[in-house]
Amino acid sequence: MTPEIGHFALILAFALAMAQSVALFVGARGDDAGFAVFGRRSAIVVFALVAIAFASLMHAFAVSDFSVVNVYENSHTAKPFIYKLTGTWGNHEGSMLLWVLILTLFSAVLAAQGRGCPRDLHLLTLGVQALVIVAFLAFILFTSNPFERLIPAPVDGTGLNPLLQDPGLAIHPPFLYLGYVGFSIPFSFAVAALLRGKADTVWARLVRPWALIAWVFLTIGIALGSWWAYYELGWGGWWAWDPVENASFMPWLAGTALIHSVRVVERRDAMKGWAVLLAITAFSLSLVGTFLVRSGVLTSVHAFAVDPARGVFILAILVAAIGGALTVFAMRANSLSATGAFSAVSREGALVVNNVLLLVACAVVFVGTFYPLFIDVLSGDKISVGAPYFNMIFAPIASITLALAAVGTLLAWKKGDLPASLKRLIPAAAAALVIGVLVLFLADRARVSGAFALALVVWLVGAAAIDIAGRVKLFRAPMSDSLNRARGLPGAAWGAAIAHAGLAVFALGAAGISLWKSETVVLMAEGSTAEVAGYEVTLQAVEQFSGPNYAAERADFIARKGGQAIALSGERRFYPVRGMETSEAAIRMQWPGDLYISFGENKSGNGWPVRLFFNPFVHFLWLGAAVTALGGLIAFGDRGKKPAKLRHRQPKPVAAEAAPA
Amino acid sequence: MRLFFLLAALFVSVSAFAAEPDELLDDPALEARAQDLDEHLRCVVCQSQSIAESNAPLAKDLRILVRERISQGDSDEEVIDYIVERYGDYVLLKPPVQGNTLFLWAFPAAALLLGAAGGFFFLRGSKKAIAASAPLSADDEDDVNRILKERG
Amino acid sequence: MRRIVFIFPILVFAVVGAFFAYGLTRDPSNIPSQLIDRPLPEFDLPAIQGMEKGLSTEDIKGEVALVNVFGSWCVSCHVEHPVLMELSKAGAVPIYGLNWKDEPGAGKAWLDRYGNPYDLVGDDQAGRVAIDLGVTGAPETFVVDREGRVRFKVTGPITEQYWTNTLAPLIEELRRS
Repeated sequence: MTPEIGHFALILAFALAMAQSVALFVGARGDDAGFAVFGRRSAIVVFALVAIAFASLMHAFAVSDFSVVNVYENSHTAKPFIYKLTGTWGNHEGSMLLWVLILTLFSAVLAAQGRGCPRDLHLLTLGVQALVIVAFLAFILFTSNPFERLIPAPVDGTGLNPLLQDPGLAIHPPFLYLGYVGFSIPFSFAVAALLRGKADTVWARLVRPWALIAWVFLTIGIALGSWWAYYELGWGGWWAWDPVENASFMPWLAGTALIHSVRVVERRDAMKGWAVLLAITAFSLSLVGTFLVRSGVLTSVHAFAVDPARGVFILAILVAAIGGALTVFAMRANSLSATGAFSAVSREGALVVNNVLLLVACAVVFVGTFYPLFIDVLSGDKISVGAPYFNMIFAPIASITLALAAVGTLLAWKKGDLPASLKRLIPAAAAALVIGVLVLFLADRARVSGAFALALVVWLVGAAAIDIAGRVKLFRAPMSDSLNRARGLPGAAWGAAIAHAGLAVFALGAAGISLWKSETVVLMAEGSTAEVAGYEVTLQAVEQFSGPNYAAERADFIARKGGQAIALSGERRFYPVRGMETSEAAIRMQWPGDLYISFGENKSGNGWPVRLFFNPFVHFLWLGAAVTALGGLIAFGDRGKKPAKLRHRQPKPVAAEAAPA
Repeated sequence: MRLFFLLAALFVSVSAFAAEPDELLDDPALEARAQDLDEHLRCVVCQSQSIAESNAPLAKDLRILVRERISQGDSDEEVIDYIVERYGDYVLLKPPVQGNTLFLWAFPAAALLLGAAGGFFFLRGSKKAIAASAPLSADDEDDVNRILKERG
Repeated sequence: MRRIVFIFPILVFAVVGAFFAYGLTRDPSNIPSQLIDRPLPEFDLPAIQGMEKGLSTEDIKGEVALVNVFGSWCVSCHVEHPVLMELSKAGAVPIYGLNWKDEPGAGKAWLDRYGNPYDLVGDDQAGRVAIDLGVTGAPETFVVDREGRVRFKVTGPITEQYWTNTLAPLIEELRRS
């Protein structure tokens, strides 16, 4: 019965969302309160209905109801309970339902939070959002029904892909979707702004927190995915430029550009058309990513099982959503003219440069990812574009972007003083130079690229520190005064500095593992010893054991270096239900680098093939990503200033003194 | 399509334990070259993985082949040509610069130039606009207010 | 001027969308063979354990034939096998087998159990001939003409329908020319 309740709730949500979108667009045109109230309340009801559907699917997984095809195909009685639950979204249908759940959740929150938002903007945004919801509910109901029955019910299911039976991969999709789907709100705000022919500082203030929170979730989601790839796939890498990874990276790049340019709209009421276009682009790329993963146009190891009918449907959604939004853009963007102006050398100017670079980076990833498809369509030739291409092209663009980010935050809004800002950066430049020279002389490998990379890291962290120090007048005012200023500093300033420093930390990790990784591959028997990066690693013992739904082999290693002994162990698991093997690498996270050991099967009987890695600075990748996300979260907490009109009525300040902005 | 996945599933074992000890060359310089080549060659059965990362049997055969050719004195280009002759450009993760990849290779630089030009003209326009704007606009007032607020 | 700039995004999307739509009709995993219209690479493979004659390039010349890559480990080969058996019983076309990366004896055991549709079978345990042929998986089947040139390659199992609609007419045409 429960699955039918879920299915029914979903159909009801679909019908209601259709009525809701009509009501909202009608409501936005006139003053009729009835339509508006119905539209807003429906958003919450639609969310409740989808939540019921999701809960009933989760219930079917929890109780292993194999009369539901989806449960039969993706679950098994012997699976640990937690993975029964997370298995709800470990498949195409369930993950689409999670996607829509998040979509309706955001809509409901937006509907409940109308304060400070002009009435027509609020209703139009919710209306566009409702249309997106209708499209995705139709997709689920017509091509991917998660509640389809299988009668008679089989005795047991075929199990969840063992790769997904892992904490990292279980929580990675929800975060990723919170990010992808989060960008739907800026998208809807953008289309609404175009429809009403007005985007202003108020609009920007409303969009910015949504863009930021989506960006924070996406950052966390991508980082979790890469962390999972690092410890689970056993090849010692963390990013493979796989199409599915790129699918999540492109909206991130566009979203990063968006959270920067929306600041310009907020401060200066300029670049509005651009910000609107970016808001459309960020969500469009999320949709393109969904298309890519689920249509099979570029198959990839991560892709869900593909079905051409689904591909056609998602493409139709793509054409309707992106094509529709961009058509409105082409017709109405002209009405969004700027009122504020700024000098080329200013924070706004720096943000323009930032946007150009981020968008070029995004376009490069896009072209690289889809180039094989383009060529296949044009000529039938099959070519590949993989990690070596992306690394080569992307590294310089990313480096330039990061290097300039340091300068940008020091420039004043509206009209900056470039020489003065550069002068303030001298300590950072000096520190970067020292580090660069040190690396040049001390590193045993990759000296030049390493010197550049580490100098960049120090430059960026230094600039963030100088930025904050300048704002709080560190050492130039009494300490208590500085602390007060630090407390009073806007979240946006803190957020930017912290996020930039986080990127520097991340870059340190990326440089460390790609430039100075050490690797040894040996055959080891119990008791034998191998060497990697100065560590004597002994394979202590290998033993067999059984997990809840798998058979496993565990290897215990001891790594010794200069009197220090580190115990670490890794596993190879075999899941009989799916006939698949997974590995859990033995990882010791430590300064200055991780010890990372993966091992294979003892086929010959002479020992286990063992890969020993020493990955310098690698944990900074995820630490940096976490710090970056934290920066975004702090900026999210800053709701910006009150709209200009309100503030003009406040008493005028008596005196103003010039200050670093 | 379904059948292909059945077929692919056989090759793709996910605990990617790639190069095994017995494959490796004794000469570290040659082995380093081989590993570099491995990273540039696509595992044709596994979708966007290099043969360095894959434990598919075919990837293993190709790794062994690469090492055999290197030991016989082939240059990197010769090894690449040998494999491309059999599997086509599809095996190259970094596609060669040729007619059908011209756009791919030219695009990043072109996009940067185009972006730079666009940014330049936009900023030049904004400079003119600021020259034309009144000395103390509402924006300036905003700034003064904000600075005061910041200084608490 | 401004107008044109605003139309640009939708134009880009229209082009991209068209590519996506057409891309849906293509199979990204189907890699074209480099051997088409080129002679079959030279090889001389030993017999699989339990059989007497091996397979060499010379054996395949003179008549339009199929060269089928298979392995007892390969699930799709089980799907294809009955079709090959029927073709062999009907004498439709000579079929040569390339037993790819099989354990010694496994290939023969498999043929004993399900029947042997092959005129000759070569043992490619090292997988080197498969690489020369540009094989990416099993089963794969090459259509070779009288001069020993590869004219067509089938990736994945041959079904009855595929035989009737595609392979039979092709072989007929090759025989006539």
